[in-house]
Amino acid sequence: MELNWSYLLIVPLAVGALVLALFIVWWERRLLGWWQDRLGPNRVGPFGVLQALADMVKLLTKDDWLPPFGDRVFFIMAPAIVVGSMLMAFVIVPFGPGLHVTDSNIAILFFLAMSSLAVYGVLLGGLSSNNKYAMLGGLRAGAQMLTYEVFMGLSLMGVVIHAGSFSLVDIVESQRGMWYVLPQCVGFFIFLIAGLAESHRLPFDLPEAEHELTAGFHTEYSGMKFGLIMAGEYLAMMLTSALVVTLFFGGWLGPSFLPPVVWFALKTALVINFFILLRAAIPRPRYDQLMSLGWKVLLPLSLVNLLVTGAIALAAAD
Amino acid sequence: MELTLFYIAAAVAIAAAALVVTRLNAAHALVWLVVALLAIAVIFFLLGAPFAAALEIVIYAGAIVVLFLFVVMMLNLGRRSITRERLWLEPGMWIGPAILTAILFGEMIFLIASSDTGDAGSPIGPKAVGEALFGQYLLAVELAAMLLLAALVGAYHLGRRYLRDRREEAS
Repeated sequence: MELNWSYLLIVPLAVGALVLALFIVWWERRLLGWWQDRLGPNRVGPFGVLQALADMVKLLTKDDWLPPFGDRVFFIMAPAIVVGSMLMAFVIVPFGPGLHVTDSNIAILFFLAMSSLAVYGVLLGGLSSNNKYAMLGGLRAGAQMLTYEVFMGLSLMGVVIHAGSFSLVDIVESQRGMWYVLPQCVGFFIFLIAGLAESHRLPFDLPEAEHELTAGFHTEYSGMKFGLIMAGEYLAMMLTSALVVTLFFGGWLGPSFLPPVVWFALKTALVINFFILLRAAIPRPRYDQLMSLGWKVLLPLSLVNLLVTGAIALAAAD
Repeated sequence: MELTLFYIAAAVAIAAAALVVTRLNAAHALVWLVVALLAIAVIFFLLGAPFAAALEIVIYAGAIVVLFLFVVMMLNLGRRSITRERLWLEPGMWIGPAILTAILFGEMIFLIASSDTGDAGSPIGPKAVGEALFGQYLLAVELAAMLLLAALVGAYHLGRRYLRDRREEAS
């Protein structure tokens, strides 16, 4: 078997993504502090940048408690599933021309598959804790992620029709004329909302709503297992941002005074900041509001979007 | 290389399927079912059907079994169901299913031995699957859609009665 050099990317990608997730936690806290007119973590190192390391040391040295009343195997498996499935999905993200681990004809489906496997981490975490808050949080997470998965996939089909391929490299290349955010603006908004709900971040963090469920599905988690669940959440946010950029904002494409990878990183950072801004700006909806928004508004909207895009593509083909 | 991978995936699928049947805890059985489905997805991929492999994970592992697990969590069966499962899995239980499976297995061996099964063929991309589904097999797709619609309406009907009761309680 010939050696594929792009596989060398795997280790730096996995390590880099985890370290970056750690620093995004600090960055988020600083930005939230700035937007909410307070300081945020600014004591450790310049601008508090080493706060991320301090947090990691704290998580690693904390007592890692296993609930004696729960299901041990599932309890240990759940954080690994959350992080594992998210890291797997990074495999298909094209960071620059030729700079991807793998590109296949089913790249988008692979991303959807991995994000749907991530549900198991949350569900099993809630189930194995054997605690009513964790159970309720797990049930909420399961229903929410299943609901939003449905039209997350549908909202991307417009882009697939435009590009004529499921391959992310082909999709980026076909955006040389125009970014898909213009012809697919409906799909873009639906994907943004669905991505937010899939990564269950505020304002859609109902699975872990702290005022009603203590900490939801990860109530019983402590130490590094809790750290892994948090890392999984930030990885999901990074992945969603990277995919928003790849699918709707031309990926690595940009004026040639900067290298393509830098364009990709800048755009992704912008989307991540937008996600953080959403967290600071929008209150959490009620759970039934979240569900009816999904099934009654976003699902029909994404179907209509698909229908119109398909009709236009058919008319243009003739 | 591909043959080795196929045998590994097939062995994982069979072992996981056996564990699905014999586990007493329903949640454990479901997680083994997910493992079996993932192994089958690998087999699809090796046979040159990447689209079917991806859909196997998205639909079966990612949605349907999640719903099963969801129901198991909602019912929260606990220890009582484990003792009941143990009663159901007593040795005499295995005779009937074992005979039926043996017949099927014999048929399969006969078919494989008597006919030329051919090779795996060429890889089939998403476009070819779409063309087959919405061209040649359009009628079957529409019939399946009608069946699913009936299930949807039925579920809505059952849920509506519950909601009406709730509303009367509230008022």
